[in-house]
Formats: sequence, structure tokens, C-alpha cells
Amino acid sequence: MARPLWQSWALSLYDKILQRSLNRRGGSSEANGKPWAEFFIESSIRVLGFSTIGFVLLIFFFLLKEGLPILWEVSPGNLFSTRWYPTFDIFGTLPLILGSAYVTIAAIAIALPLGVTTAIFVREVAPDWTREILKPLIEVLAGIPSVVLGFFGMHVIAPMVRSTLNVPTGLSAFTGAVLLAYMSLPTIISVAEDALDSVPKSYRDAALAMGATSWQTIWRVIVPAARSGIATAVMLGMGRAIGETMAVMMVTGNAGRMPLSLGSLFMPVRTMTATVAAEMGEVANGSVHYHALFGIGIILFILTFIINIAAAGAIFRKRHKGGLR
Amino acid sequence: MAGRRKGTMSTKGEDGPNNLLAARGAQRGLTKGLDRRGFPTFREGAGGARTDLEGRPLSGASRSFSGECGCAGSGRMSMSPGRRYIAAICVVLLFSAGVLTGCSVKKAETEDRLDGHAKTIENKGSDTLVNLALAWAEAYMQAHPVVRISVTGGGSGTGIAAMINGTVAIVNASREMKAEEINAAKANGIGPVEFVVAYDAIAVVVSPSNPVQRLTIQQVSDIYTGAIRNWMEVGGENRPIVMLSRESNSGTYVYFLENVIRMGNSRSKLLFSPDTLLMPSSEGISSEIRQNPNAIGYDGLGYVTADQKVLAVARNQNGPFVVPSAQTVKDGSYPIARPLYMYTAGQPAGQIKNYIDWILDGGQTLVAKLGFVPL
Repeated sequence: MARPLWQSWALSLYDKILQRSLNRRGGSSEANGKPWAEFFIESSIRVLGFSTIGFVLLIFFFLLKEGLPILWEVSPGNLFSTRWYPTFDIFGTLPLILGSAYVTIAAIAIALPLGVTTAIFVREVAPDWTREILKPLIEVLAGIPSVVLGFFGMHVIAPMVRSTLNVPTGLSAFTGAVLLAYMSLPTIISVAEDALDSVPKSYRDAALAMGATSWQTIWRVIVPAARSGIATAVMLGMGRAIGETMAVMMVTGNAGRMPLSLGSLFMPVRTMTATVAAEMGEVANGSVHYHALFGIGIILFILTFIINIAAAGAIFRKRHKGGLR
Repeated sequence: MAGRRKGTMSTKGEDGPNNLLAARGAQRGLTKGLDRRGFPTFREGAGGARTDLEGRPLSGASRSFSGECGCAGSGRMSMSPGRRYIAAICVVLLFSAGVLTGCSVKKAETEDRLDGHAKTIENKGSDTLVNLALAWAEAYMQAHPVVRISVTGGGSGTGIAAMINGTVAIVNASREMKAEEINAAKANGIGPVEFVVAYDAIAVVVSPSNPVQRLTIQQVSDIYTGAIRNWMEVGGENRPIVMLSRESNSGTYVYFLENVIRMGNSRSKLLFSPDTLLMPSSEGISSEIRQNPNAIGYDGLGYVTADQKVLAVARNQNGPFVVPSAQTVKDGSYPIARPLYMYTAGQPAGQIKNYIDWILDGGQTLVAKLGFVPL
């Protein structure tokens, strides 16, 4: 009963839009000659386009609204203390921030040499057929769900780390860093590879003509020329690593201790992402703990924002200089 | 921008001699809508739309519900005569028809859940209880095919939060509801009713390769606060101790902290050592215990698998060291045991009441099978 009613209305609306646009086209003034329908489509596209920016802003405002109250609900001394026991109103975020930083930096330390050498191999050394196989394989790496990697890390890597390195437990910052390195590799490899690719052929030709071996060409000419692109790759890899949650939660042990010494690499740590993921489900809406978790969200947002800006800045500078990397 | 468009339109309207009156009306109506960024037209249209909807076979319930849904209907009936707004009405009708349908479906579901003759009983909460709750639900559904019970875990806190938000009918909890949680529920018009449905014991577990057989509660407490750091101090090998705990949203965590680490002393300020590993699941604990001879963990007796070694625990140095079992929990000799709860949102009625009654009676046979202790 209802459908024919609004269907007929919809049809009449459509008719009228058509009629208007036809009329307009038939009408004389060419200066104002955009048909009505076109205006409609154009403005909806514009609205949709801007909405993406709007959503990001809304998310940020939401984060601020939910997270900022923690600043006056909890004393700064508590907020930057070294223990995180939200159940007992102890909200020291330092171990979490340091934990995230520690794991991320360790992950990049592992991923950088691996990623850059893989990129060099794929781009500069490997024959064409190898490259054709390797490139899609590397992209497949990016598609493995992190929970699968986490499960693998928990059951395979963690016991291996414990028994081979003879540390108290395999659920440690190191295991997390290994997994994160693995996860950020696809990003690092493909961006670094693009950077190497855009080094002008004349550089290679010149180096080889000067009598450099191909190793010398790669190491002394091409890699330095591509360094800002490689830096971008590292930044993007970092952005990927710091925001990763599931795998990290499963393998780092989530102990909220301060990772201050080098030995902490083989001790458990608690990251910001794992904390939010583990505790958000339980927290009462609007409580101090809830605001604290959103406060962590703000810190994470700002950190990833800075990292991404740094990466974008590198790209921008490079474009500015005229396409060289 | 808007002004320019309006100007354009009126010029066109005068220029085009072939314009139909209706088309012109529609055009003006829509122009107005665009000028004001849509909202005024929208509202006027909605008022009209409601009048037009009167004749449709939508029930009174769904229409009165539209206000709550934030759908159409500001109450203004200022649709001017003529056909100026016809196009706007069309748009609004398309929109509101969809939303109203959505509203009425939602309403129907809520009604079903609120009265006694629920088709699906939502049951959520403690991970300790989830296996038992699932077994109960399966057995009960087999005997009563009309009833659907959906069981999910997530932790006692998660389940209680869900009940406070009004999304579950029965919460499984491995701890009592806190006063603030009960108040929050009451603020939302929900009065939780408590039922003790079974008993649980928390087992302290180590790897099978660990020679330690027994600990006092004091020793367990010292281990978890970091006072004892080597297995040698409690009669084991020279190995560092790795403490495993559930995440802080687990009822088991709170129970263990209050009754083992603080040994029931409510003024104690002892906390888990920051070196304690917080595992997101029971599976996380058992997988680490299984392969790590340094590890010590705790979990509900129902979750202890054969490949973990359960320690005998004593209240003090002289006390008997008791291994947890159905027998020792029931007779109270095992020191770390607790009741398990179900909370209903309000005094149970209808199917929910039948279900709870069955759990407290016929359902108890399943409790022992799952490693818990019946009433």
C-alpha cells in the first residue's frame, strides 16, 4: 500500500528534475547555464568529499571531549607516575607511553635493515622474474590479519624466544617487536622500493661509467639519493607499528612496568593500544578510568599524527626540490 | 553561492514561458530548501508527511515511537496549500518511510525482550561462568525449544555494564555487583536481582615440570607482590618466577587480589607487582603455563586443563594443604573458593524465571561436569 504511494511521488520528483534541466538547457542564458541536476550532483560530491575531513575532525573532538577531563580529574603527579592500576585509581601513563615507544623503536630497529635490504634486492639486484614473484608476495604479507600473527607469536615465537634466549618468559617486548617488525615490513619495503625506483637512471649510469662496482653504486649513490624516501618509509612503518593492537596484546605480556634498561627488551611491557583494548570493554561510561583511556587515545592520536606529518613533510620537501629523492 | 542560485532560478522562471505552474512550484520549494541548507524545508515537509502517513497501515505504536527515534515529526503542520512542497515531501517521505519501518521493528524487539515471553534471553558476563552458562543454555533449549538463549562472555564487568545499559536480561558474574554498579543500574530503571548459581574455586597453577607442590596463601601473595622472586625461596628450582594474571576486567582478578594477595584484609593496600603479566584470556594463561617452567598462574578451577599442575594451598604454615576439588570446595576446606552469581534485570518473570528456577534445580547436575561445585 505504502510503496506505490511514495514511488509515484519519487517518479514525479524525478520527472520534474528532468524537466527543469531540459528547460534550462533549452533556455537562453548560457552564462548561468549549469543544469539543476548537475548542480545537485556537484554539491553532493563536494559535501561527501569534505565529509572525510569532517569525520577526522569529529573523531578528534570526540577524543578531546572524552579524554581531556582526565587532566582535572586526576592530579598530574598521578597521571605521570610510574604505575598503572586503574582499578585502584592509579593512572600513571608513563609505563604505557614508554612501553609503546620501546616496542615501536625496537620493531623499527629490526624492520629497517630487513626492509631496506629487501627493497634494494627487489629493485636493484633481483632479475625481473624474481621481482614479479616477490612483489605480490610482499603485498600479501600486509593482508595477514594481526590476530593470526598474534596467535602465531603466542604459540610459536614466544616459547622459542624463551628457550633460545634463556629469558624468564617469551611474552616480552622483544617478541612484540619481532611481530611488529614483520607487520611493518610490507609498508617499509614498498615505500622504500618506490623511493629507489625514482632515483634517475642517469645516477646509476654515471656511477657505473665512473668505474664503480654495482655494490658501490647501490650503497654510495642510489641509497643516499633515496634517503628521504627511505625515511618516509620508516615513518610510515612506525605509524603502522605504534597503532597495532591485537598482536601486541597477545605477545607482550602486558605488564605495566617501566622499560628503562636495555634488558627490558626481554621483559614484558604494556603498550597504550593494548591497555585501551583490554580495558575499554569493562569500563563504566563517563568514569575517571573511561576518561583516562580516552586520554591515552589522545596521546596515541597525537603521536601517530606527528609521525604521519613527518612522513608527509619528507614527501613534500622532496616534491618541492623537484622530484629527486 | 545560495543567493546566486536563487537569482538564477527566478530569472529562469520569468524567462521560460513554457513553465508549468506545478514545476515552478516544485522548483521554488526546493530552492528554498537548498537556501536554508535543507532543514526548514525538511521540517515543514515532515509535518506534511505525517499527515499523509495517517492513512497507511502503520500502527499507532510506531508513529508515537517516531519522536523517540528522532525521525520525522516536529509537530508543525504548516504545509502551505498548493503544490510548492510536493517535491520536498517526496524526499522526506522516502526517508521517513524507511526510518519509521526501522523504528517499528526495533520497538517490536524491545517489547519482546521486556515482557516475560522473551524469544531470546540475552545472557552475558563472566568468562569463568561462560562454559557453564553455555551448557545450561544448550540443555535448557533442548528441553524447551521455544526459548532461545544467547550466551556471551567478556568478563563480569562487561556483562554488568551491558545490563546497566539495558541490553542483557541475565548477567553472569564471578563477583558481587559493586554498590556503584547497582546504583547505576537503578538510575537506568533496572533493579538487579542476585542468584547464587554455583561455587567456584580458584586454582593456583604451575607448569607440570615445576617440582613445587604446595604453597601457603602468604607465599602466593608474596610471589604476586614481588617479595618472592625465585622459585628457590618456596622450595623449587633456581628459576625466576613469572607471574601471570587475568586482565583487570576479569572478576577473577578482583577476587584474587582481595582474597589472596590482600588475604581478605580490606585495609591492605597491596597490589599486583608491576611485573605481573596480564593475560587477555584464560587461554593465554594456560598456553604460557603449559610451556614455561618459570610461570605461576591462577584461574577458575573449571578452566584448568590436564597439562597444568594444580598446587595445594593452605591458609597458613600449619594449616592443611588442600588441592581444590568439588569435595574440598563444598566442605570449605579449600581456602580460595567463591560463589558465582547470576543477576537478572529486575525480578525475573516468565521464561527468565523458569530458566533461573531450572538452573537452581535441574541445572545443578551440569555444574560438577564442568569442574565447578554445585550448590
